Amino acid sequence: MAVESERGIAAPSKTQFWNEPQFRAVFYQVLAIVLVLFAGWYLVSNVMDNLARQNVASGFRFLDRPAGFAIGESLISYSAADTYGRAFLVGILNTFRVAVLGIVLATILGVIMGIARLSSNWLVAKIASMYVEVMRNLPLLLQLFIWYGVITVSLPGPRDALNPVEGVFLSNRGFMIPAPVADPVHAYMGIAALIALAAAIAIRRWAKRRQAETGAQFPVYRTAIGLLIGLPAIAWLLGGAPAVLETPELRGFNFVGGVSLTPEFAALLFGLTFYTAAFIAEIVRGGILAVSHGQSEAAFALGLRKNMVLRFVVLPQALRIIIPPTTSQYLNLTKNSSLAVAIGYPDLVSVGNTTLNQTGQAIEAISIFMAVYLTFSLSISLFMNWYNKAIALVER
Amino acid sequence: MTDQTLNRQIDTAAREGESPVIQPPVAKRGLIGWLRANLFSTWYNSIVTLLLLYLLLQIVPGMIDWVFLSAVWTPASAEVCRAASGACWAFIHEKYRLILFGTYPFAEQWRPTLAVAIFLALILSSCNRLFWKPWLGLAWIVGLVAVAVLMYGGVLGLTLVPTTRWGGLPLTLMLATFGLAFGFPLGILMALGRRSNMPALRLLSVGYIELIRGVPLITVLFMAMVMFPLFLPQGVSINNLLRAQIGIILFASAYLAEVVRGGLQAIPKGQYEAADSLGLSYWQKTGLIILPQALRISIPPLVNTFIGFFKDTSLVLIIGLFDLVGAAKTALTDPAWRGFYRESYFFIAIIYFVFCYSMSKYSQYLEKKLNVGTRR
Repeated sequence: MAVESERGIAAPSKTQFWNEPQFRAVFYQVLAIVLVLFAGWYLVSNVMDNLARQNVASGFRFLDRPAGFAIGESLISYSAADTYGRAFLVGILNTFRVAVLGIVLATILGVIMGIARLSSNWLVAKIASMYVEVMRNLPLLLQLFIWYGVITVSLPGPRDALNPVEGVFLSNRGFMIPAPVADPVHAYMGIAALIALAAAIAIRRWAKRRQAETGAQFPVYRTAIGLLIGLPAIAWLLGGAPAVLETPELRGFNFVGGVSLTPEFAALLFGLTFYTAAFIAEIVRGGILAVSHGQSEAAFALGLRKNMVLRFVVLPQALRIIIPPTTSQYLNLTKNSSLAVAIGYPDLVSVGNTTLNQTGQAIEAISIFMAVYLTFSLSISLFMNWYNKAIALVER
Repeated sequence: MTDQTLNRQIDTAAREGESPVIQPPVAKRGLIGWLRANLFSTWYNSIVTLLLLYLLLQIVPGMIDWVFLSAVWTPASAEVCRAASGACWAFIHEKYRLILFGTYPFAEQWRPTLAVAIFLALILSSCNRLFWKPWLGLAWIVGLVAVAVLMYGGVLGLTLVPTTRWGGLPLTLMLATFGLAFGFPLGILMALGRRSNMPALRLLSVGYIELIRGVPLITVLFMAMVMFPLFLPQGVSINNLLRAQIGIILFASAYLAEVVRGGLQAIPKGQYEAADSLGLSYWQKTGLIILPQALRISIPPLVNTFIGFFKDTSLVLIIGLFDLVGAAKTALTDPAWRGFYRESYFFIAIIYFVFCYSMSKYSQYLEKKLNVGTRR
């Protein structure tokens, strides 16, 4: 080739066309697609055959039929006469409930444990690292069974329930906590809290801009906390301060009144929280350790106090490292909530499994599982990606 | 020690031409110094320490009493255990074969024992970096085949044991190891596909990986249980264990693909370019240059993935297989021994902990060792 190009003659391609990279690329891709399509066609035709033989009507029409099974706990009204569709909705909401609560609690506990592992107090650091090691190295399912056993076997019955604080009862039927009697004022308090949140965000923006322009600081956090507590409190006072607390009472064999956490829900929530918190603790510890010593030393040298060093120098940099892996822990927690089926908490998988056994609509039920979990996963990762971008380092 | 005596000491030392050996103050050395530095450095640290000590005093003696002092250690009946205030290790003594081996025929239980021993030997020898040679791969293949033959039987004079009777620790080890062993090649292909510059292959790989990683393992297992029979033509059926194993392999391959992709991304571009300029074909480049380096980097995360799968195989109990957790739960259903869930779970928790903790320590050690070349 080199010789030919010296002569100034365009070299004729000597490679056969099947050796051309472009041809090969197209060939392999077409081959892969054809193989996948063929496999798909083969599987689908088998499924059609098998379903036709079993007389199972495919499609989602079964969602309109009455479900005929009861569900232990539900956020919306549900009875056995309702449809399969509504049963699925109950399951989705139950999954959502345990996942959201679990994420909040696991984050709080995880951050505390992660910082505790770095504590200068030897005892605190040792206890935190023992917690992390034990939790991370036992299967979540085993932990769920242990929690469930502790609640249903080891706790006393409702008649001699543990009563650690006035109005709170722990028994093998679940945890009973007093709750305020429903009142329209609560809705106003919620609106007030939302207004306070919006105001806090606006104040934070304004304070940031003002600090960038003039250098003057504004106590954003104190104001925000004041607003978040103050506005709902004012709404509560204006609404006549309804302070009726409904405390659980023992009637017959079980408790009436207040809010109850069923043993299944409590075991699942505890299991998910303690398990995921151990992973979050490791992420938080790693993130803080990854911020180089020079950063905090420089900040100390500038005369910042310890809490300011943490807030303005270490944490903002650590957060960038912490957020991506924490996102995947949130996703894991949401997916792990499907273990509920093992202890009988009626989450999506558990409801879907019952439906599947009753109707034989395997493909439909499993597609619903996958669609719902994919939606959860995608929405969490979209939100966390947005947040990650918001705090990411802005370079030139 | 007062200042005067100290000064006198320094003076004498100076006069005699020696450098003085001065001990730090009592408060800074020995046990007291350690306590002050680590437990009572500030007033709030002291409060926290005292509070935690109080809590530990509340909990630890009770636990020691339950586990050791008041426990029933000798074989005894359930009634004796119920009367005792401590743990009932007699329950474990009664049920350990059931928990460890499930419902495998009692007389044949030397076979799963041997299978576990083979697994342990393979895993332990794989931990030694001197053994990371091609023959180790061969040893794994031979070992896994031997395990399968031992468990299933039907040849060499071994009686046939149907997979429905398998359970306990060997099942847990098998599901995790076979899942990793078969998921790994699939995962490498997916990772290469995801890094490929052919859009169709990339799309297929990304779609597969993200779909599997977006759903819980339990839905994949349900899919394996109820949908695989539908996928197969009439008259062909596969047994439950194989279905679960295939589900785990499919699930594992997506996670392994991401681990391998992490390794692939860490290889500098120069390596690819150098291989290209040597005129190597794609498979030569991948097999001889890229993968050996990428896999070496991905070994520590690979061990962590294996720990994850070792724990996650417990989920097969939901679809009706008796792995370690499932067998422990089954042991509890014996009416004579109802209610000893703490002993049962404690026993398998220790097994899981020993396996997972040692593997995670090994992974940390490996990370340190393998980084020697790149660490500054």
